[in-house]
Amino acid sequence: MLTIGLTHYLVVAAVLFTLGVAGIILNRKNIIVILMSVELILLAVNLNFVAFSQSLADLTGQVFALFVLTVAAAEAAIGLAILVTFYRNRGTIAVEDINSLKG
Amino acid sequence: MQAVFFYLFATIMIASAGVVIFARNPVHSVLFLILAFCNGAGLFLLAGAEFLAMILIVVYVGAVAVLFLFVVMMLDVDFAELKQGFAKYLPVGVGVGVVVLAELGFVALGWTSAPSASEAVANPIIPQMSNTAALGQILYTKYVIFFQASALVLLTAMIGAIVLTLHHRPNIKRQKIDEQNARTRENVIEIKKVPFRTGV
Repeated sequence: MLTIGLTHYLVVAAVLFTLGVAGIILNRKNIIVILMSVELILLAVNLNFVAFSQSLADLTGQVFALFVLTVAAAEAAIGLAILVTFYRNRGTIAVEDINSLKG
Repeated sequence: MQAVFFYLFATIMIASAGVVIFARNPVHSVLFLILAFCNGAGLFLLAGAEFLAMILIVVYVGAVAVLFLFVVMMLDVDFAELKQGFAKYLPVGVGVGVVVLAELGFVALGWTSAPSASEAVANPIIPQMSNTAALGQILYTKYVIFFQASALVLLTAMIGAIVLTLHHRPNIKRQKIDEQNARTRENVIEIKKVPFRTGV
């Protein structure tokens, strides 16, 4: 319990990932909270990369975590930009109203 | 000591992640998302990834979370209405959560490393070198293509975000500099002869 190993990090990341997935399902109507849940999931993934990087004494995991951070930042920027544009055009951000593509 | 801080950071991070998904007010969600990222940065520090920890603070807390805060506060949305289906989705959400947690738990607690994994290390961590220097050393040499590609991703995202949100409203008075410069004395000023005591 008192020496922190790889498994501790993996369990914490697993719990965080689960909270993110549950957040997507629980907040089905609110797309802002869905985006935040995606950020939580990506944080969990980064935690796994860093933990394995430390455990294997290999820097590659940290390099990959850096790229994940980049993509996550781009995703948040584009997602919020689409959200703002959608709100401007339709006056709502409820997920079930986003159906004009009839997908 | 390390264990104490690990449990502290991990507990606060998971608790604030829970608040993020359960909070009624999205502003609270964003603020607790910031708290979760700060504690995640603490965990990164404990794992020896100092550079990533600082990047997490700068990029996530400083930019992404504040962007979320701007959007949440800027949109005039009735968030109580968006929260209505919460009770309906609660059983499904908890069910999926339990399943995902069980699966991840089996993997996290029951995995074994391949014996050749320690030999396959691509970029070994050199203890004499600081984390930032070591990352820079391989990021600018071995992974320079990927580094440039991620820069392209960011450029695309920046242009995309600007193009999506920039819009010109037609009925707004703007300064037209070229028209102002093209004005001549002849088409602007008109000299009228005003007769005495009668007005124009």
